[in-house]
Amino acid sequence: MTERSLAAPPRLLGTRLTRRIRSLGGLLASLALTFLGLLCITFLIGRIIPIDPALAIVGDRAPAHVYERVREELGLNLPLWQQFFIYVGQVLRGDFGTSVLTGRPVLEDIARVFPATLELATLGILIGVIFGVPMGVVAAVHRDRWPDQLVRVIGLVGYSVPIFWLGLVGLLVFYAKLGWVGGSGRLDFFHEGIAPSVTGMILIDAAIAGEWDVFRNALHHIVLPAALLGYFSLAYISRMTRSLMLEQLNQEYITTARVKGVSEARVIWVHALRNILVPLITVVALSYASLLEGSVLTETVFAWPGLGRYLTNALLAADMAAVLGATIVVGLVFVGVNLLSDLLYRLVDPRAR
Amino acid sequence: MSETLSTAGWRAWLLSERPQSALQARLGQAWLSWNAFQRNRLAMLGLALILLLVLVAAFAPWISPYEPNVQNLRLRLQPPGAAHWLGTDELGRDILSRIIHGARITLYIVTLVVVIAAPIGLLVGTVAGYFGGWVDAVLMRLTDIFLAFPRLILALAFVAALGPGIDNAVIAIAITAWPAYARVARAETLTLRRSDFIAAVRIQGAGAFRIIGRHIMPLCLPSVIVRVTLDMAGIILTAAGLGFLGLGAQPPAPEWGAMISTGRAYLLDQWWVATIPGLAICLVSLGFNLLGDGLRDLLDPKRRGG
Amino acid sequence: MAALLNVDNLQVAFRGPRGEVPAVRGVSFSLGREKLGIVGESGSGKSTIGRAILRLLPDSARVTADRLTFEGQDLLGLSPRALRNLRGRHITMVMQDPRYSLNPVLPVGDQIAETLRVHGAGGRGRELYRKVLDILEAVQIRDPERVYRAYPHELSGGMGQRAMIAMMLIADPRLLIADEPTSALDVTVRRQILSILDDLVSRRGMGLILISHDLNLVAGFCDRVLILYAGRVVEEIEARNLHACRHPYSRGLLASLPRLEQPVGELATLQRDPAWLDGPVYRFGEEVSR
Repeated sequence: MTERSLAAPPRLLGTRLTRRIRSLGGLLASLALTFLGLLCITFLIGRIIPIDPALAIVGDRAPAHVYERVREELGLNLPLWQQFFIYVGQVLRGDFGTSVLTGRPVLEDIARVFPATLELATLGILIGVIFGVPMGVVAAVHRDRWPDQLVRVIGLVGYSVPIFWLGLVGLLVFYAKLGWVGGSGRLDFFHEGIAPSVTGMILIDAAIAGEWDVFRNALHHIVLPAALLGYFSLAYISRMTRSLMLEQLNQEYITTARVKGVSEARVIWVHALRNILVPLITVVALSYASLLEGSVLTETVFAWPGLGRYLTNALLAADMAAVLGATIVVGLVFVGVNLLSDLLYRLVDPRAR
Repeated sequence: MSETLSTAGWRAWLLSERPQSALQARLGQAWLSWNAFQRNRLAMLGLALILLLVLVAAFAPWISPYEPNVQNLRLRLQPPGAAHWLGTDELGRDILSRIIHGARITLYIVTLVVVIAAPIGLLVGTVAGYFGGWVDAVLMRLTDIFLAFPRLILALAFVAALGPGIDNAVIAIAITAWPAYARVARAETLTLRRSDFIAAVRIQGAGAFRIIGRHIMPLCLPSVIVRVTLDMAGIILTAAGLGFLGLGAQPPAPEWGAMISTGRAYLLDQWWVATIPGLAICLVSLGFNLLGDGLRDLLDPKRRGG
Repeated sequence: MAALLNVDNLQVAFRGPRGEVPAVRGVSFSLGREKLGIVGESGSGKSTIGRAILRLLPDSARVTADRLTFEGQDLLGLSPRALRNLRGRHITMVMQDPRYSLNPVLPVGDQIAETLRVHGAGGRGRELYRKVLDILEAVQIRDPERVYRAYPHELSGGMGQRAMIAMMLIADPRLLIADEPTSALDVTVRRQILSILDDLVSRRGMGLILISHDLNLVAGFCDRVLILYAGRVVEEIEARNLHACRHPYSRGLLASLPRLEQPVGELATLQRDPAWLDGPVYRFGEEVSR
C-alpha cells in the first residue's frame, strides 16, 4: 500500500488566512448569485400575472393616454431586462412596494409580523432538536430492532400527515375537548397590550416586563402550534441523526474506543455524537428554515399573526406586492440560514479550521 | 413432495454462486431483492396502501355508494352511520363517496407532477453530470436557486400568479419538484461517467446524447424512482395544502385538502367532516413513504447483503 | 511459562442473506509472553481472530470455542462490565490505519488520556497529563506537548500510529494484538514503528499477536508463526524454521516472495488446492491429522 500522509502540507499563517478569506468570498458570491436567482424568479412570477398592473390602477374605463402614463410611471414600457434591474434596485433598497390589503409598505408589514413567526419557529426547532436528536441516536444504536422501527414510524407519520389537518385535530382535542391549551391567536383578548412590545416576541416581552400572567397565557397559546412544528422538524432531524450516526458507528475509531474499554454509552454519546455535530448543524439549520414553510399552514390554522398568515391573506386577496415581498423574505432567510450554518461548520470542525 | 423439491431447485438455481447467464444472474439478484423487500413488513404495508389507492381510483364510480356531488340539504352534516358510513358534509353529500372520488384527483395530481418533473430532473441531472464544466455549473446553480426556496411557498407564489385551479397547482408543484431529481441524477451520473463501460461505449464512437440516453439514464433511473417515491407524499401534502388554502382544486371537486378546509367551520360539533379527508391523506402519503423507504433500503449498497 | 491466552477450536461464522458463511474454522493456539505471528491472505480470517478475542465482532457473527481464556478467565462468558474492564487494561489492539482509527474531532492527547481515565487509573489533571507525555516520549515522539494538542489530521501516518500505540499501551496491558500495524504506512517508517513495538513489548514482558499478510515481516519479528488458510491454521512453526515449512500453501507463500540472493525471472503464483480446506496440517514440522 502506498503512503497517504495524514499531514496537510505545511501552511503558513498568511496563505491559510487568504485561503479562508477566498473560500468565504466564494461562498458569499454563490449565495449572492442564489439570491439574484430568487429575485429573477419572483420578478418573472410578477410578470406572468394575468392581471395588468397598470389596468388595475386606472380601471378599465380610463382613457388611453391615462393608461399609457401610468404604464410609463410603472416602467412597464421599458425592455424586460431594464425592468429587472430597476426591480433589483428597489428590492436592495428595501422597497417591496405597497400592499393593497393593508395600504402600508410591504417591508413595514413584514417587519411587524415576522417576530411572531420567529418566536413560533424557534420554539418549534428547540422541541425538534431536544427530542429528535436523542431519538435518532437511539434508533441508530438499536438498528432494525423495535426502537428503530418505532422512531422510523414516528418519523414517517410526521412526513405523511398534513400539518394543517393535525393542527385542526390538535385544536379539537387539546383545546375544545380537554381544555389543556389556549385556542387561536397569540394571547387571550384580555391579556393583549399589557406587556410593551420590545422584541415583538411575546414570551420575551412578557418576561422583560415581568408580566408572568401574560407569559403563562402566551405559553398556553404557543405550545400547541410549536409542538406541531416541532414534531415536523423532529421527523426530519431524527431520521438524519440516525443515518449520520449509523455511518459513524461503522467507523474504525469507534472500535478503537471500545478496545480502550470505553463504555458503550460514552462511545455513542461522546465519540460518535461529537463527529456528527458538524453535519447536524446543517440539518438543524435546514429544518429551521423549512419551519417557515410549515408556518404558512400552521399560522393559518391557529390564526397566528405571523409571516405565514400574512402571505396566505395576501394570496387570497391577490395582493402580489405582498406575496412577492414575503416570498423574497423567506428566500432571504433560507439563504441566510445556509450561510450561518456554513460559518458554524467552519468553527466547529477542527479539520475546517 | 416433488413440488417442494422443484421449488428448492428453483431457489438453488436463482441463488447460484456461478450463474450461467446474465438472465440468471439478474433474476437471482431480483429474487434476493424481492426477498429482502418482502421481509420489510412496513414496506409491504406501503405497497398495499398504494395498490388500494389505485384500485379505489380506478373503480370509483362502481364502488362509491352515492354520487360525490349530489346535494341533499335535508341530510346535511349527518354523523357516520348505516346509511352514510362516514357521514355527510354541509351540503348533504356523502363523505365516503367524495373520498373515493377524491382518490382520482390525488392520483391525477401525483401522476401528472411526476410525468412532468421526473423527465426534466433526469435530463438536467444527467446532462450536467456528464458534460461537467460550465454546463454543470450553470445547471446546478439553477437547481440550487430552486432548492433555496421552500417548496410550498414557491408553489404558492406560482399559483398566485397563474390563478387557482388544479392544473395550475400541478404546474406549480412540478416546477418546484424537478431540482431534487436533478441532484440525484447528477450524483449518479458523476460516478457512472468515469466507469470503464462508458469509456468503452465512447470508444465505439457513440455520441454524447446517445450515451446519456441509452446508457446513463437507465442506470440513474432506480435512484430517481426511489427519490420520486419518497417525494410523492410531499407532492400530495403540497397539493392538499394548496387545496386547503383554496388555491388548488376548486369546488365542487372532492379534493381532500379542500374538503378539510370546508369542514373546518364545523370542526367543533361535526368533527368527521374535516377529520376523515385528513385521514385519507395520511394513509396515502404514509403508503408512499413506507414504500419509498423500503425501496431506498433495498438500493442502498451499504445495507445490501449485510 | 504460564499461558496468557488459550484458544481451542475457535469457530466464527457470519450470518448473511445466503446463510452462514464460516470465517474461522477450528483455530487453536496458546500464547505466553511471546510474539506470535498470524499470517494469511486477505479474507483468510486473521483479523476476525483478533476481533473475536476482544469480542469486537458484530451481532451477525456467531463465535464459539471449546476454550477461549485469558489468564484462565473465560472470554466468551464475560459480562459487558467485565469485558470493558478487560479491554484497554489487559488486552488491547493496534489497528491498521491511524487515519481511521483515531477519532477525528478529539485532540490526540485526550484520546490517549481517556484509556487511563475510563479505567479510573492514572489520576487527574497534571498527573494524567504527565503520564500521557511520558508514553508519547516512550513511542519516540520528540514533541509530545504539541502532539498532545494536535488533532489526528495534523499528524503524519507514522506519528498517528505512534499515538495509537501510546494509547493502547498507556494502561500497561499484558496482551497486545497488532492488526496489520504497518500496512497503511510509508515503507520508510514501517521499520521504526515495528522497532518501537518490539522494544516496548519486550521491555514490558507482554504477549503480542502480530496479524499480517507479510510473511517476511512476521518471520523477522515473531517467535512463532501461524499460517492461516481459509480460516484454518494449516501450519504452525517456529519463525526461525520457516524455511523448512511443509504445508504446500506455506511453501507456496514462501516461493512467491522475491529473493535478492536468488533472482528469478518470474515469481511463482500460488496454486490453490481445494483439498487444503480439510487436508493434513503441520505443527513444528510434524504432520498432524485432525
